Amino acid sequence: MVESSTYKEMAVNAPAELPAEKLEARQRELVQALNACLPSHCVLHRSEDTTPYECDGLAAYRTLPLAVALPETEIQVQRVLQACHRLGVPVVPRGAGTGLSGGAMPIREGLVMSLARFKKILNVDSYARTATVQPGVRNLAISEAAAPYGLYYAPDPSSQIACSIGGNVAENSGGVHCLKYGLTVHNVLRVRAVTMEGEIVEFGSLALDSPGLDLLSVFVGSEGMFAVVTEVTVKLIPKPQTAQVILASFDDLEKGGDAVAGIIAAGIIPAGLEMMDKPATRAVEEFVKAGYDLDAAAILLCESDGTPAEVAEEIERVSAVLTRYGATRIQISRSEAERLRFWSGRKNAFPAAGRMSPDYYCMDGTIPRRSIGTLLKRIGLMEERYQLRCMNVFHAGDGNMHPLILFNGNDHDEWLRAEAFGADILEACVELGGTITGEHGVGVEKINSMCVQFSPEERDTFFAIKHAFDPARLLNPDKAIPTRARCADYGRLHVRGGLLPHPELPRF
Amino acid sequence: MTDQIEVLEQFRTQVVHATERQQPLQIRGGGTKDWYGQSIEGELLNTRGYQGVLAYDPAELVITARCGTRLEDIEELLARHNQMLPFEPPHFGPDATLGGCIAAGLAGPRRSAAGAARDFMLGAVVMNGRGEVLHFGGQVMKNVAGYDVSRLMAGSLGTLGLMLELSVKVLPRPFAETTLQFDTNATDAVRKLNEWAGRPLPITASAWRDGTLALRLAGAEAAVKAARAALGGEAVDVIEAAHFWQGLREQTDAFFTHIEPNAALWRLSLPSITEPLPLPGTQLMEWGGAQRWWITETDAPLVRMAARQAGGHATLFRPGPGNGNLRQAGVFTPLPAPLMKIHRGLKTAFDPAHIFNRGRLYPDF
Repeated sequence: MVESSTYKEMAVNAPAELPAEKLEARQRELVQALNACLPSHCVLHRSEDTTPYECDGLAAYRTLPLAVALPETEIQVQRVLQACHRLGVPVVPRGAGTGLSGGAMPIREGLVMSLARFKKILNVDSYARTATVQPGVRNLAISEAAAPYGLYYAPDPSSQIACSIGGNVAENSGGVHCLKYGLTVHNVLRVRAVTMEGEIVEFGSLALDSPGLDLLSVFVGSEGMFAVVTEVTVKLIPKPQTAQVILASFDDLEKGGDAVAGIIAAGIIPAGLEMMDKPATRAVEEFVKAGYDLDAAAILLCESDGTPAEVAEEIERVSAVLTRYGATRIQISRSEAERLRFWSGRKNAFPAAGRMSPDYYCMDGTIPRRSIGTLLKRIGLMEERYQLRCMNVFHAGDGNMHPLILFNGNDHDEWLRAEAFGADILEACVELGGTITGEHGVGVEKINSMCVQFSPEERDTFFAIKHAFDPARLLNPDKAIPTRARCADYGRLHVRGGLLPHPELPRF
Repeated sequence: MTDQIEVLEQFRTQVVHATERQQPLQIRGGGTKDWYGQSIEGELLNTRGYQGVLAYDPAELVITARCGTRLEDIEELLARHNQMLPFEPPHFGPDATLGGCIAAGLAGPRRSAAGAARDFMLGAVVMNGRGEVLHFGGQVMKNVAGYDVSRLMAGSLGTLGLMLELSVKVLPRPFAETTLQFDTNATDAVRKLNEWAGRPLPITASAWRDGTLALRLAGAEAAVKAARAALGGEAVDVIEAAHFWQGLREQTDAFFTHIEPNAALWRLSLPSITEPLPLPGTQLMEWGGAQRWWITETDAPLVRMAARQAGGHATLFRPGPGNGNLRQAGVFTPLPAPLMKIHRGLKTAFDPAHIFNRGRLYPDF
């Protein structure tokens, strides 16, 4: 994810570029077809109307689509997809547009299909503990609708005020509490969707399993490349009665990492387990005054939830572990207000980075917990090599790191260095036995790094899987999975562990 | 190590050869679940030679092992570190392997509270029909790079490829556990289970049969104690309770062991709130009402229709001794055409010559 500033249009997976006049003819043809299946207020094609759709949360990568469709019913979704299928026009589905990897970035010769008007909560069944909602419903709105019954929807990505459940399904979104309560894939029971050919399919059901292969499990996280979601049934779970958080300081990053492992090894699965390094702590403390220990090399936030007696029992166990692992200071929240204050620092880490620097580049690699210290040391060396600062916040409980690389986007060289720095971190994650993305998705942003993590045969298999859902290869194509040609180009361009061969040249 | 590389090469030779001749292969570990599925055909590919735990660090909450590793060995190793496979997979015999466990995708009593095999899959190394070794997922909890293929392997009955190595998330064993018993009829049991599931209670298993509802509570000592006080019921002796849940998990309980010759054991997976079904025969209800075992002589279409009307599906789990040709009616619920089309596309993606466990899931699949 890159915050703010426009840099350049990126050629993704090298699509063949149509000349301008052909593009215009294509647009006329598409708009005509769309007008046959949608009311006029559901079709946008003038650039002033389509510009708001030119990027998602990853603002550095943007392009204008031929048109934007905003269907309001499932039948309209079917008709639009059938029309695009007939015309061979690629379709990019879009939820709230908060994604951080460019998964909803338009295709120049394609249509953006926004599901923003699918925002009805169809049913909240407190007895069955399920909610059936349309894909444009915001993540937090589900929990709000379930709150009167003492229930909620567990996955809580940091963008939960704005992000939509359809997007969560596409990205398999996580959140601060997924160590204990799971990711989207663990909390969605059923998805209804329309294939590129316009066929309605249902994956999963209100029962706990379905006959045949578990298509739901591979559909979640498929980045909008298999089918367009029109309805989602999620699991609701009882709200914990109470929660308390421990704020612990360590004089050494590695000790903090060891303490995380110690908590898990002691048989405890906390509701949340987060860590921040000193630069991150300083930046947020200046910003929100959360009461963080500014002398600490790392601080750890560990949340416990449940019944009051259960929480008291767990807090005691966790405190004992933290002490054993050399915590220099331990604070336990004494009130809900204090709990929220302790969390406010962590939750404001990204805006705090925004205050420190004109731009920041947020990475999303995941590594085995035991390698947290090693990766942080290597990031420290990279800061010197790329001459850029980096602050580290991470979901320590599950090894998901969010290094924030600080740079100035107006300086093109800084952006190139930031990009190379990021790719270097991701390679280190793969090398340490982890992955290039824990929860943000590949999209367009990390597509080159996919060449590092997966072999050509593995990538071919991904294409074959996509083909099973979308034989015409029109639904959000050129995202997430790089072609062999693209990886070959990347391999030539990329110098492992060093700077680019010609940093002064623009790269496409 | 060398011998393991040799075993892998033997697998590759066998797979490539089978694909060239378009001859089916039956993948088999301990053979404890040979009876599960539509049919078995083809030359045997025995996975038992490819075994061993490759990585296990209790603090990482993940175990990686080769497919032929005995499930018992894995669970013993985890127990030594006070951890477990949270989905309580049934073994159905001492020779059960990890590969077979994931391929079958079956879960035990803890399923409704903890999740199924697919929920704990973190990574899989798979040999496809071309003999290529492919890595999907990994050993970390959060991983959205590429499609989530490793979860798709759980319950695939080995129809997509030969699972070579599997990484599975594990969890600590609960600090405390207790089992309660209630006298109640089926209708009340369904209602109570669903109401309780909407409250923050540490219920990790449930079973109703013949007027008795058993409930297992597990978690922090304080939570179990408080729940016990809130729920009432009668506490069951610890050893007796362990035996009872084990009997359900392994289907050694008397309910499962006596199937009349003309009857069959059906597994109905239903929305948990489904009212008791008006099927003849005997039933045992698990998973908070979401899994219902029926021993019945009712015709397959009627059982299937009852499950479908309730929003679920029915699997012919074990036909009675004289009822084997019931399989011809299909072991698993047939799929709607658009889903079958996707299934066939996925099959071809991994196994172009359709060699792996042909017919095990659906005829000619």
